[in-house]
Amino acid sequence: MAHGPSKGIGRWLFTTNHKDIGTMYLWFSFAMFLLGGFFAMVIRAELFQPGMQIIRPEFFNQMTTMHGLVMVFGAIMPAFVGLANWMIPLQIGAPDMALPRMNNLSFWILPFAFAILASTLFMEGGAPNFGWTFYAPLSTTYAPPSVNYFIFGVHIMGASSIMGSINIVATVLNMRAPGMTLMKMPLFVWTWLITAFLLIAVMPVLAGAVTMMLMDINFGTSFFDAAGGGDPVLFQHVFWFFGHPEVYIIILPAFGVISAIIPTFSRKPLFGYSSMVYATAAIAFLSFIVWAHHMFTVGMPLTGELYFMYATMLIAVPTGVKVFNWISTMFQGAMTFETPMLFSIAFVILFTIGGFTGLMLSIAPSDIQYHDTYFVVAHFHYVMVAGAVFSGTAAVYYWLPKWCGKMYNETMGKLQFWIAFIAFNITFFPQHFLGLAGMPRRYADYSLQFADWNMVSSIGAFVYGAAQLLFLYNVIHTIVAGKPVSEPKTWEGAEGLEWTVATPAPYHTFSTPPEVK
Amino acid sequence: MRPNVKQLFLRALALFMLSPLAFAAQAEAEGSSWLKGLNMTQGVTEVSRQIYDLHMLIFWVCVVIGVIVFAVMFYSMIVHRKSKGYKAANFHESTSVEIAWTVVPALILIVMAIPATSALINLYDTSEAELDIKVTGYQWKWQYEYLGEDVQFMSEIATPEAEIYNQEDKGEFYLAQVNNPLVIPVDTKVRFLITAKDVIHSWWMTDFGVKKDAIPGFINETWAKVEKTGVYRGYCTELCGQGHAFMPIVVNVVEKDEYAQWIADKKQAAAAMRELASKEFTMDELMERGEAVYNQSCASCHQANGEGIPGVFPAMKGGAITTGPVEGHLDIVVNGKGGTAMQAFGAQLSEVDLAAVITYERNAWGNNLGDVVQPVDVLTFKQGQ
Ligand code: HEC
Ligand SMILES: [Cu+2]
Repeated sequence: MAHGPSKGIGRWLFTTNHKDIGTMYLWFSFAMFLLGGFFAMVIRAELFQPGMQIIRPEFFNQMTTMHGLVMVFGAIMPAFVGLANWMIPLQIGAPDMALPRMNNLSFWILPFAFAILASTLFMEGGAPNFGWTFYAPLSTTYAPPSVNYFIFGVHIMGASSIMGSINIVATVLNMRAPGMTLMKMPLFVWTWLITAFLLIAVMPVLAGAVTMMLMDINFGTSFFDAAGGGDPVLFQHVFWFFGHPEVYIIILPAFGVISAIIPTFSRKPLFGYSSMVYATAAIAFLSFIVWAHHMFTVGMPLTGELYFMYATMLIAVPTGVKVFNWISTMFQGAMTFETPMLFSIAFVILFTIGGFTGLMLSIAPSDIQYHDTYFVVAHFHYVMVAGAVFSGTAAVYYWLPKWCGKMYNETMGKLQFWIAFIAFNITFFPQHFLGLAGMPRRYADYSLQFADWNMVSSIGAFVYGAAQLLFLYNVIHTIVAGKPVSEPKTWEGAEGLEWTVATPAPYHTFSTPPEVK
Repeated sequence: MRPNVKQLFLRALALFMLSPLAFAAQAEAEGSSWLKGLNMTQGVTEVSRQIYDLHMLIFWVCVVIGVIVFAVMFYSMIVHRKSKGYKAANFHESTSVEIAWTVVPALILIVMAIPATSALINLYDTSEAELDIKVTGYQWKWQYEYLGEDVQFMSEIATPEAEIYNQEDKGEFYLAQVNNPLVIPVDTKVRFLITAKDVIHSWWMTDFGVKKDAIPGFINETWAKVEKTGVYRGYCTELCGQGHAFMPIVVNVVEKDEYAQWIADKKQAAAAMRELASKEFTMDELMERGEAVYNQSCASCHQANGEGIPGVFPAMKGGAITTGPVEGHLDIVVNGKGGTAMQAFGAQLSEVDLAAVITYERNAWGNNLGDVVQPVDVLTFKQGQ
């Protein structure tokens, strides 16, 4: 029974082991993160000064599109699926995921999806250039021919996400160790369970949207073409019915990670566990009924506009509860500030700022001014980068010793943190000013009054990009030459089943289920 | 005690994080101008002021909550440290606290919702407009049509390519200047009917508090009553292809009598243009005019050198249509080609300009067909359809 990994490439191609698959997801997502980051560097380099210097506007649009798609679908989502693969079985005392072969499949189709997407860059007419939100008819009638490959790629990613989610739901509901009741599960497991339901609900909607595009482009239908009786705004409704839950799909697992790390380094149990669970569920529910707040300028009727404004404002309540709970967890703890904790604290601060601008954006009349400007760009990078990416980084530092039995270099970790934190703010804080001063987003070039802050932002972006190479170095250095650790519990204040198994975690864990009291 | 570098650093950082608030507060107090470009401006309509007030209100609500929350957080981070020998407490639950921080924010939101609702209702009230203007978005320009006045024109970016591609110094209104600005009277409620011909665009006049998507096949309504004369500049805010950043909006708000004069002149010019259409032009005249029209209206896609962009925009140089029968050429320029970026220019350009640009295409870049297309030919073609 308890055999080790097989040798050679076959280990990775045919593996059904949750740890191997988790590792592959994490490396894949990091590779995509660097690719998407490279696109961002091209964008920021072009925006360094007014005027077109490096690329042409049509290529600029391809870069913004590919940056968004690769980061959302290739970097952030797979990163959290990787963490889920590694940690959920360990945290609930299960020997593996419930559906290990499907697990293998859901990972291995991803590289194909992104190979297809990346190959569009070399096609005649160029890569998709209609933004990661691909509004019709720019993405249908007026799209480059590569749009068909894009659609195919999205279908594959969707299939991968749906399989991954079904697997997580099946694992969490069926494979918990005796005594691990739902309300004893770590929050990371809870947030992923809820996220998985969100994914299962909305990925088919995305698939529907791109299929309608495919029909409009190739088979003469007019779902999104007014001339044939369709409606371009319908596309936006369908897209955001997927797209709004999607942003919570990205952030909920991040909440789970933060809810694990803050108690550990505060040496104090998470404050308000059950209210955290309810708040997560409330956010998930609300995420389905607010989608049109991305569309306050499309000309909805007044009543629709009012409804979506009120519903959106409501999201601030459960989100606030989360932040208050994290801070109460820190309050009167005995805190230390190792790298994972630093990233988590930065998460709380910057995510809260992103939450505030989100609240501002929910006020429909003000949104008329903010919409499609750099204010929105700043807002969602505060929640996506300082939110999802910072928490993913925190998670890697937090669990890396458990994964590979080596300790990272604390000084180097902190160095990366401070560079990333400062550079992040230099990059994105000025974008609030740019947006309020009137600079629209997705602009390849801009008027002179926007020049100063764009330059500042670009400089920050280059430094932030370099900090990611430092991250890569730190991780590889840890794996290759880190100080070996063997205590099951790496961190003094850590709680949970993952800290009861040996370090590094053996290839097979919990072959006999642990007893949870 | 040796100064603790780490703590000093953290305090400096806290200050840094809060500094924008201090700036904002100061700007509020002084209404000073060096901070212009950090905040939204008040604009020149009632709606834009309402929006500005809402923006500042919600901003300060966020600041107050933020200061409280971060103060507690930084306090614990500084005081409740293991390195200072602080022992962790063990509380982890309090239903009453949870209820409090659910209910209090909810109440704040309800208070916020009231002014937001009334602003939105006002924003949507397009009734009793004194002037109706239809705004149509094209890839990558705007068309303005004064309904009931028989005045319409295209408004395109006036920043030269040479500035964009850094061969010349950039002017003050780089990417924010157009050939034909929209002109409207001051203190007059103007209703804008906004639509598009190809993809979705969005018409944004920051100072009016107006942003509305221009959607092909649908007409959106919005309005503005501008209180101050002047030149106002805005941008297209919905990604609409490669020229997205290059279709600015300029609105010239003038006194009412000045406006009356302007519209009368416009009508006269339209009549004169119709007159001109019956005139016979020489090849040189047409080529000269044609080059200007081409660079203004066609070069963004087909490129100034006529070579297009392979796979996206066909070349005019040696093209099948530009060197083929003149009817085919007239047809595609006048009627465009449905479902592609090639628009119907018949409604956008005058007969003279159409004749000139077609003549130009047939005789430039080595397409030496020697044909001359006269405005009357265009007119005959249009009438023959
Ligand atoms: C927004 C981009 C755009 C602009 C501006 C534009 N065109 Fe085109 N044009 C196109 C596209 C795309 C096609 C190809 C249509 C097709 O699929 O057949 C085209 C085709 C043509 C053709 C036929 C070429 C051939 O060989 O098939 C001519 C002639 C032409 N355009 C002339 C003009 C003229 C004259 C202007 C300016 C008054 C102009 N175009 C402005 C995009 C544009
Ligand atoms: Cu546009």
